[in-house]
Amino acid sequence: MPNILMPALSPTMEEGKLSKWLVKEGDTVSPGDVLAEIETDKATMEVEAVDAGTVGKLLVEEGTDAVKVNTPIAFLAVEGEDEAAPAEKAPDAAAPKESEQPGPDAAEAKSSQPTITEKAAPAAPQFTAESDPDLPEGVEMVEMTVRQALNEAMAEELRRDERVFVMGEEVAEYQGAYKITQGLLQEFGARRIIDTPITEHGFAGLGVGAAFAGLRPIVEFMTFNFAMQAIDQIINSAAKQLYMSGGQVSAPIVFRGPNGAAARVAAQHSQDYSAWYSHIPGLYVIAPYSAADAKGLLKAAIRSDTPVVFLENEILYGQTFEVPKVDDYVLPIGKARIARKGKDVTIVAYSMGMRYATQATEKLVAAGVDVELIDLRTLRPLDSATVIESVKKTGRCVTVEEGWPQGSIGSEIAARVMEEAFDYLDAPVMRVTGKDVPMPYAANLEKLALPNVDEVIAAVNAVTYRS
Amino acid sequence: MARKAAANAAKNQSPTNFPEFTAEEELQAYRDMLLIRRFEEKAGQMYGMGLIGGFCHLYIGQEAVVTGITMASEKGKDAQITGYRDHGHMLVMGLDPKGVMAELTGRQGGLSKGKGGSMHMFSNEHRFYGGNGIVGAQASLGTGLAFASKYTGDGSVSITYFGDGAANQGQVYESFNMAKLWNLPVVYIIENNRYAMGTSVERSSATTDFSQRGASFDIPGEQVDGMDVRMVRDAARRAIEHARSGKGPYILEMMTYRYRGHSMSDPAKYRSKDEVTSMRAERDPIEQSKKRMLERGIIDEARLKELETEIRAIVTEAADFATNDPEPDTAELWTDIYAPA
Repeated sequence: MPNILMPALSPTMEEGKLSKWLVKEGDTVSPGDVLAEIETDKATMEVEAVDAGTVGKLLVEEGTDAVKVNTPIAFLAVEGEDEAAPAEKAPDAAAPKESEQPGPDAAEAKSSQPTITEKAAPAAPQFTAESDPDLPEGVEMVEMTVRQALNEAMAEELRRDERVFVMGEEVAEYQGAYKITQGLLQEFGARRIIDTPITEHGFAGLGVGAAFAGLRPIVEFMTFNFAMQAIDQIINSAAKQLYMSGGQVSAPIVFRGPNGAAARVAAQHSQDYSAWYSHIPGLYVIAPYSAADAKGLLKAAIRSDTPVVFLENEILYGQTFEVPKVDDYVLPIGKARIARKGKDVTIVAYSMGMRYATQATEKLVAAGVDVELIDLRTLRPLDSATVIESVKKTGRCVTVEEGWPQGSIGSEIAARVMEEAFDYLDAPVMRVTGKDVPMPYAANLEKLALPNVDEVIAAVNAVTYRS
Repeated sequence: MARKAAANAAKNQSPTNFPEFTAEEELQAYRDMLLIRRFEEKAGQMYGMGLIGGFCHLYIGQEAVVTGITMASEKGKDAQITGYRDHGHMLVMGLDPKGVMAELTGRQGGLSKGKGGSMHMFSNEHRFYGGNGIVGAQASLGTGLAFASKYTGDGSVSITYFGDGAANQGQVYESFNMAKLWNLPVVYIIENNRYAMGTSVERSSATTDFSQRGASFDIPGEQVDGMDVRMVRDAARRAIEHARSGKGPYILEMMTYRYRGHSMSDPAKYRSKDEVTSMRAERDPIEQSKKRMLERGIIDEARLKELETEIRAIVTEAADFATNDPEPDTAELWTDIYAPA
């Protein structure tokens, strides 16, 4: 005879009042019949029969308060069941666990280390980035803007893989709001280069759905400011999909577009989302500075089975860099680039932060400071190893970015350096960031809100005690 | 055009012209619906025992919707995607009840290895894409499945379910617009069970005929008796055929009802007991189906009892498995975050 147990009506319910029996001993019940009413502090709920049978003894009187969850409240004789059969197995091993007992009592705890009662989480797997590919001896370097590099990366991948397509606002007929998709419609046609309505939430979700079904979408946001309309699909649908499905369904998709401040476009159009996206497990987040990195990393992003947020910068689009002329230039995601080797101080930057850092480095080197400059390139997974190794050598670290200070990439670097290289530090890590204000429109105020070369130099002077 | 389609549908569903099932179809539908009902009752019980945690949204009362639609679809080819009230969809699509129940209990043998739970289960093989917890998100995702179908030309249709609550989300209309603009093969199934959590359709919606919500995009729509599996299958055939033949999206509003609360912790104070009782007594999809089969002599009481026993055995096996299967290995904490390189 299976017991009817006091049910839990919510994940947090521990006990309740059995307010009323709606059946009596000897009644025949079918599945779904209401047996009793119970009351909790939140609600009155009905207990329904799950099995057909005859109500045996009622074990708890109606009106009883504080009946613990899982207490037997009645017996039920199941139709056709041998009455002598053993009672339904109590869900012993798998039963809801007793709430953890509080640790050792206070007196005991005072005199010794607190005992850890919860099983510790297994250690996170170490992330090890691959190295950049070796370039052939004497490889030709060609001058190219970041815009051209991004355009070439997409064109090459579109040629390589029929499943790749580009969608976004003005990407096709208009040739791209910032001309990153110039010429793609002409080469690949309207089936693969798709103008969308102004509908970020919708087309981001549509892209993720297409990725579930095996395509490899490149979704362009005219700027990442507009991707806030779509951030639910990026995080809840794309980033978490593989994990929630136990590894079954992935979302190979690239969300790309300009991120951060442009010039004089004010608060709603000038925001750096680097730290936001870098917070999310399940995403790769890439923010290149140079044209070569833009090309090699965008190609890697399009080939990645993990969803990628690829953060470009409008001001860098027109900047020219040298790009190696090789057939298929693909860079490893998650590997920082040491832009200059040095031994006095480590400067860590990415995207536009690299422009300030590079200019500051030139001045500092001229003044006799041997700077090691690291371009993170990828923000998740973050190449801690390269940064830590550098700080162990220099003992000093300055971070540079345009984003806000609280919860910034610099904050994360500072924490990791403290955790992994504390004993090597000769000065606290210093962050150079955008000011903690919405972006002002006025030219003078905008200039003040952004980081600048002098602030980087001042920070380096401070950590090297040269000021 | 939208109005015309609805008028045709009304004609097809006139009481003198019911789309009858063959004996075999009646039996299959009854069996599928009964499996969902008994599975969900068991899930409710196991929730009460603390074996299932968090949110648990039961499909009891709505069984005819997913059963009839799946009968009209091509299994393994057409994609289906829904919100968090998803157990029934998986059972009818042929996913293993043991795997579904073990996911509800968060065990290693669950369909998502215990890492998704009640609201997050998926199958590439069966083309089931969840199991989505954010109200309305599946409308855009399902439109993307249809986009992929058109892009590859594989001839599949995306069957995208959402509720009357989700029907007021903005991205649903962003999706309608793109689906019609590009004539994507998607059938939107609006499961109107009258309550978005505790808020009735009348209290939440400026217009309550959801079948006409696609009118401004020129998407045809029909209201369907979602408590009669024959009506559901009939309408779904029309809608799926429309989508598959390249004519673009179609909306079916399924007039249905959930007997249980929104989730397990819902006291259901927003509706009367009489409403629930009369719905169960007069409109229950499983009882209607049983009555029809008995009247037509397709089945007798003895065979019904056998069927009940068979279904209970499947559910009991699933429950036992889900109770005794171990929790996932702690190493699973760190797997499936990034796709293997």
